[in-house]
Amino acid sequence: MIELNYILIVSAVMMFAGIFGFLTRRSTLAILLSIELMLNATDLNFAAFNRFLFPGGHVGYFFALFSIAITAAESAIAIAIMINVYRQLKDISVGKLEKMKW
Amino acid sequence: MFTYTILILLLPFLSFLVLGLFGNKFSHRVAGLIGTTSLGAVFLLSCYTAYEYFFAVGRGAAGVYEALVPYNITWLPLGTLHFDMGVLLDPISVMMLIVISTVSFMVHIYSFGYMHGERGFQRYYAFLSLFTMSMLGLVVATNIFQMYLFWELVGVSSYLLIGFYYTQKAAIAASKKAFIVTRFADMFFLVGILIFGYYTGSFSFSFVNELKLAEGATAFVPVDAARAVAAGGLLLPTALTLMFIGGAGKSAMFPLHIWLPDAMEGPTPVSALIHAATMVVAGVYQVARLFPLWIAYAPQAMSIIVWVGVITAFYAAAVAMAQSDIKRVLAFSTISQIAFMMVALGVSLPGHEAVLDNHAQLGYMAGMFHLFTHAMFKACLFLGAGCIIHAVHSNEMSEMGGLRKYMPVTHWTFLFSCLAISGIPPFSGFFSKDEIITACFQYSPLVGWVMTGIAAMTAFYMFRLYYGIFWGTENKEAHAHHTPHEAPWTMTLPLIFLTLITVTCGWGVNFGSFVSASGLDYPIHLDTQIAITSTVIAIVSICLATYIYKGERQPVADKLQSAMPRLHQWAYKRFYMDEVYQFITHRIIFAHISKPIAWFDRHIIDGFFNFLAWGTHELGFQIRGFQSGAIQKYAYVFFLGVLALLLIMIL
Repeated sequence: MIELNYILIVSAVMMFAGIFGFLTRRSTLAILLSIELMLNATDLNFAAFNRFLFPGGHVGYFFALFSIAITAAESAIAIAIMINVYRQLKDISVGKLEKMKW
Repeated sequence: MFTYTILILLLPFLSFLVLGLFGNKFSHRVAGLIGTTSLGAVFLLSCYTAYEYFFAVGRGAAGVYEALVPYNITWLPLGTLHFDMGVLLDPISVMMLIVISTVSFMVHIYSFGYMHGERGFQRYYAFLSLFTMSMLGLVVATNIFQMYLFWELVGVSSYLLIGFYYTQKAAIAASKKAFIVTRFADMFFLVGILIFGYYTGSFSFSFVNELKLAEGATAFVPVDAARAVAAGGLLLPTALTLMFIGGAGKSAMFPLHIWLPDAMEGPTPVSALIHAATMVVAGVYQVARLFPLWIAYAPQAMSIIVWVGVITAFYAAAVAMAQSDIKRVLAFSTISQIAFMMVALGVSLPGHEAVLDNHAQLGYMAGMFHLFTHAMFKACLFLGAGCIIHAVHSNEMSEMGGLRKYMPVTHWTFLFSCLAISGIPPFSGFFSKDEIITACFQYSPLVGWVMTGIAAMTAFYMFRLYYGIFWGTENKEAHAHHTPHEAPWTMTLPLIFLTLITVTCGWGVNFGSFVSASGLDYPIHLDTQIAITSTVIAIVSICLATYIYKGERQPVADKLQSAMPRLHQWAYKRFYMDEVYQFITHRIIFAHISKPIAWFDRHIIDGFFNFLAWGTHELGFQIRGFQSGAIQKYAYVFFLGVLALLLIMIL
C-alpha cells in the first residue's frame, strides 16, 4: 500500500527541484519548465490529499483540474512572450532581459 | 417691486462677459454699441428705480424713506454669521445709482468719438462695463463685506483701465502705483471690517433706517454694537478709523493721494468716469454709509476725517495752482473737492451724538449733495479736457491757448463747469459748496474760514486753467500746422447733457428732501451771509485769475513766478510727496526690511527644502541598485521572504 507520506515526499522533491531550476537556469524556457514542475507538485498534493483524507469528496480533484487548465493558458502566454523576446533580442536567456529596470 | 434692480448689476456684467470673451469677433462699432446699449438700459432702469423709490413708494409712516432690500442671498454661511450678497436701496444708494449710471452712460457715448479707431476698442468697452458693474455693486451692497468685494473689483478695473495703453511705460507704472497704493489702504479697510465683524457679530448694515426685506430675502444679522462697546470702548472707533483709512486710499486723501495724479495716464474718458466722478468718491460713500455708526459710537474720531480732509483740500489746491498738464490740474482739483466732501461728513456738531439730526449733521446732506454735483461738472470738465486733448494732441497747457474760436461747444460747457466748481450762482456747485461751508462754520469758524479760502483757491486755479486753454498765449506755430477743430457730436453731446444737469440741478431740485442725515425732509435754505461772502470771494479770485492769465502776455504771472521760484517749484513738484514715498519705500522699507526678509526666505526657508530634496535624491541614488531588472534575483528575494514568513508562522 502506498502511503500519503510517500506521495508528499515525491511532491516536495518536485517542488524544490522546480524552485532550484527557477532560480538557477538561464534559459527562460527552462524557467518555464521549472514553473510547470512546481505547479505539478501542488496538483499532486491536491489529488493526494483528496484521495487519502477525504475519499468521498471531489474538491481536490477539481482544484487540480482547474490548476492544470490555468497552467496550460499560462504556458501559452509565456511561450508567446518568449517568441517576441526572441524576435527582439535573438536570444531568450534571462541575462539579456534587463531592460525592465528603472 | 424693485425686482428689476438686479438687472442694473447683471446687464453690465453680461456686456462685460460678451465683450471680454468674444470682443474680437465684433467690429468696433458693434462692440461699442453693445456696451452703450446695455449702459443705456442701466441708465433708464436707475432713473426708473429712483422715480419709484422717491415718488411711487415715498416716505414711510415715520416720514423717512425706508431702506428696501429686494434681494439678499446667503453667499457664504459661517455658522450664525453669514456673508450675504444683495441689493439695498436707500436714499444714498439710489442717488449713487443715478450718478454712476448717468456718468457711465455719457462716458460710453463719448468714448465712441474719443477712442475711435484705437487698438483694443472692444477690450476698452469690456473694462468699462466691468467697472460700471463693480461700482454699482459697491453702492447697493447690503453689508460691508459685499462692499469690500466690489471695492476690490473697482480697484482691479481701475488698474486695467489706467494701464489700457500697456505699451507705454508711464501707463504701466501708473497702473501699478494706483493698484498698490489703494491695496495698501484696503488692507486697513479689511482689518477694520474684521474687527467690526468679530466684535459686533455681523457685517450687515442693519443700522441704516428701517429695513424692509422683500419676500425670500435672507434676514440681516443684527449688528450688536453694544457687545463691541462692552468688549472695549475704543474698538468701534478703531474699526471705523481703519475703514476710513481704506476709504481715504480710494478717495486719494493726503498722504495716500499719490496714485491719482499718475492715474491720468489712462484714456481721458476713464479719468472722467473713474478718477473724477465715481470710484474716487467710494471712500466718501463708505463714510456716509457708516455715518450712523460714526455718530453713535465714534463722534470724537470724526475730527480725524475733518482734519485729513482740510489738509488734503489745501494741499491739492496749492499743487493744482502750479501744474501745467491740464489733466493733472483737474486731478488735483478732484482730490481737493473730494476732501471738501470728507470734511462735510466729518463736521458733525458735538453734543448731538444720540440722534441723527438734520441741523447738527447738515454736513451729511452737504457732502452727498456735493458728491452729486461734483460728479456731473467734474465729468464734464474731464470730458471737455478730452476734447481739447483730442484736438491738440497734447496735455500741456503751453500747446493750447486761444482755443475758444476753434471749439465753441467745448469752450462754453467748460466755462459753465468752471463756474460751477468755483461756486458761482446759479450753477449747482454753488449750492452744494455753500452748504458745506455753512456746515463748517457751524462746526468751527476756523474750519469755515479755511474752507472758504480753499474755495477761493479753487476758483483761482480753475480759471487759470480755463484761460490757459481758451485764452492766453496761443501756440500759433502748432495751430497753423494743425488747426484744432471741434469734436464730433458723440463727444459734444455728453458735454451738453452734463452741463444741463450742472446748470439746473442746484436750484431745480431740493436735494435735502431726498438725502438728509435723519431722513426727514430738509428744505435747503441758503445762509445769506455765507452765500454772499463765498460768492464775493469766488468772483474776486476769478477776477484775479482773469487779470493775470487772460492776456496774450502774462507779465504778472511771470513776475510772480520769478519772485517766488522756490515756492512755484515746490508746488509744481507736488511738494515732493512722491520723492518722500520713494525715499521711505526704497531707502527704508526695501533696504532694511524687505532685503533681510528676502535673504531669510532665500537661504533659510528655501535652503531647508532644497536640503530635503537633495537628501531624498541621494538616498534614492544609493538604493536604486536593488532594482536590477534580473528576474531571478527578484524571485530569489521573494523566495527568501516566503521562507522567513514560514519560519515566523512555524515558530
